[in-house]
Amino acid sequence: MSLDPEYLKNERSQEWRAALRSKTKNKERTAIQRVHMPEQAPEIRVKYQDREVNLGITAEQAALEASRCMDCVTPTCIEGCPVSINIPKFIKLIENGDVLGAAATLKETNALPAVCGRVCPQEKQCESRCFYLEKMNLASVAIGHLERFAADFERESGIASIPKTAKPNGIKVATVGSGPAALSFAGDMVKNGYDVTVFEALHEIGGVLKYGIPEFRLPNAIVDFELDNLKKMGVKFETNFIVGRTASFDDLREEGYKGFFLGSGAGLPRFMDIPGENYNGILSSNEYLTRVNLMGANYETNDTPVIRGKRVAVIGGGNTAMDSVRTALRLGADRAMIIYRRSEAEMPARIEEVKHAKEEGVEFMNLCNPLEYFADEKGMVNRMRLNRMGLGEPDASGRRRPIPIDGSEFELDVDLVIVAVGVSPNPLVPSCLPDLKVSKWGTIVVDEDKMQSSIEEMFAGGDIVRGGATVILAMGDGRKAAENMHIYLQNKILNTTKIN
Amino acid sequence: MNKIVEKEYFSDKVIRLVVENPKIARSRKAGNFVILKIGEKGERFPLTIADADPVKGTITLVVQIVGVSSAKLAALEVGDSITDLVGPLGKPTDIELKGTILACGGGVGVAPLLPIVEAFKKAGNRVISVIAARSKDLILLEDQIRRWSDEVIVMTDDGSYGRQGLITAGMEEVIQREKIDECIVIGPAIMMKFAALTTKKYAIPTQASLNSIMVDGTGMCGACRVTVGGKTRFTCVDGPEFDAHEINFDEMLMRLGGYRSEEVVANNKYFQK
Repeated sequence: MSLDPEYLKNERSQEWRAALRSKTKNKERTAIQRVHMPEQAPEIRVKYQDREVNLGITAEQAALEASRCMDCVTPTCIEGCPVSINIPKFIKLIENGDVLGAAATLKETNALPAVCGRVCPQEKQCESRCFYLEKMNLASVAIGHLERFAADFERESGIASIPKTAKPNGIKVATVGSGPAALSFAGDMVKNGYDVTVFEALHEIGGVLKYGIPEFRLPNAIVDFELDNLKKMGVKFETNFIVGRTASFDDLREEGYKGFFLGSGAGLPRFMDIPGENYNGILSSNEYLTRVNLMGANYETNDTPVIRGKRVAVIGGGNTAMDSVRTALRLGADRAMIIYRRSEAEMPARIEEVKHAKEEGVEFMNLCNPLEYFADEKGMVNRMRLNRMGLGEPDASGRRRPIPIDGSEFELDVDLVIVAVGVSPNPLVPSCLPDLKVSKWGTIVVDEDKMQSSIEEMFAGGDIVRGGATVILAMGDGRKAAENMHIYLQNKILNTTKIN
Repeated sequence: MNKIVEKEYFSDKVIRLVVENPKIARSRKAGNFVILKIGEKGERFPLTIADADPVKGTITLVVQIVGVSSAKLAALEVGDSITDLVGPLGKPTDIELKGTILACGGGVGVAPLLPIVEAFKKAGNRVISVIAARSKDLILLEDQIRRWSDEVIVMTDDGSYGRQGLITAGMEEVIQREKIDECIVIGPAIMMKFAALTTKKYAIPTQASLNSIMVDGTGMCGACRVTVGGKTRFTCVDGPEFDAHEINFDEMLMRLGGYRSEEVVANNKYFQK
């Protein structure tokens, strides 16, 4: 999905933008060092599950960082953004002192800017396409930090702008799930005038933003604020509702829903299927993080229990593994270990998360793979057996294949094991729709240009299509699905009127 | 929503609640369960639906007080509402005309057994029910079970009602006497384990409905995993009913104790208040 080049050109040629460009020489801009995100000190932050690690940049830092951006003629950064934020415009608004205007620009295409400013892997997206990096081999403009700054500034100002919505067209559409894909879809559809209802199976809206990502990376209050924006735009939310179970798709069609967006996520945790894996004290990262993030098991006042391990092994090297291991530290672990079968170079986690984890004292046992678990007489895990791995030729993922090293087996004392080796698509929705085409992995098959499934009024996106990706890719899918469902529904109405 | 419209004490520890939820009342099938949460800071826990009235828009739940959450649910009065209630979850029971069904319920397991007994009877099966409990006051829903059964055998551990003995004794008696086409067992894990061993001897196809620990109930957490036929399955989305002869009940019993030490602390805190 991309922005119209004409629109971008017009925006760029506005007087205030031209004036800003001529105000500072590019040489002066490129001489400025990239801003450093202030962080809570590691020894303090490991004590609090619900305090953010990244503290956010100041207004002065933001203005200076914004002035690094050269407002390129061809803003390649936008091509790196799955939701096509008008990046130079929002950055130049910050430079110009109009931070609220910058926030409004973000919200034109991004329903969750404060979320994305925190959890997007900008280094792999917009920032990887920045002129500084691509052409000058300098540190890219800190687009992510600036996004967070603008969104936070607006929230704290108490004067949040509500994006313009088209006149209500009375057409009802539904989302199945309330994670980033569905919310992004909902935001765009409500802007187009649709009557949007978000259906969520859990008791809280937000999907992985609430149950998965810990509060030290993404506070729930920030998610709630962005949800509130969507509510103000007219999006309706229904919790404790499993589409296909609580009511069938046919029931909803009868209630007048004309289009469905399936964004139910990759909710099924994978295990490794090794001996002893079902002992107590061995759980999926989904379970561990849900207990803490969604159910508040870390608070005395909440009923949900969580095992507070002292020697915690987290299996995996992705962001979920980092979230789990850092949560374990905050819940009092003496040893919090990452067990990863490849080396750090192949780790799928964001560099920032790995860095934060190391600063906090997480032990990285890379090139190690679990083989078996052992338990005490009550069935509580107390030990695991592993072997060391070497790296061979690149595999299908392009990463070097881990190969077990003979005779390298060793044992490790553990009292909590969190398995974070990936997720599979949640089968609940597809199982209710026999005509829906799914892949052999259980993901919903869509036309990639339109995100349309084999059932024409059903579009899908996020992890239920991708199998396991990022918040921002899910949001991009939601936008693409909204754009194409809009076209689909408008054509359908047009055709129906013609026939009549 | 989720308002309690009826409350009945079967005993001081076992309570029947009729709850308003028209959508679930309409869409639930025999064998389905719901997930509940009491209060903002409550935990999510599953309960199998004991009955439903789609006309009145209500479902019936039977809860036995075993810990903090069940106590909180049992403490709700008529007019109160359950904070969060979602369902129906799990695969429904496979109901068809099979011939003679042996339906076995132990303790509060009789409550989720009731809709299954009703459904099998309505599908034209001959249904023989064996219901069991420690003593007379813990025998639940006998009249309702009788309504949908061709015959009911009541067993109590102490002989205070029906016949004295374990549920398996009642089952053996029926199996010795006539051909059983299928058996369903619901109750405490240990009871289901021995009930399954009993029918295995006679190669009677048997389903057991499991009550694992769950958080979300939609396949997301994997807390409810159970080994069936050597493979790990999720009770919430693959069950709650499985081939009882293939279930690793010892592992299941062990897993039910996964949060025992946390539960003991929580119970002490709650019940001392």
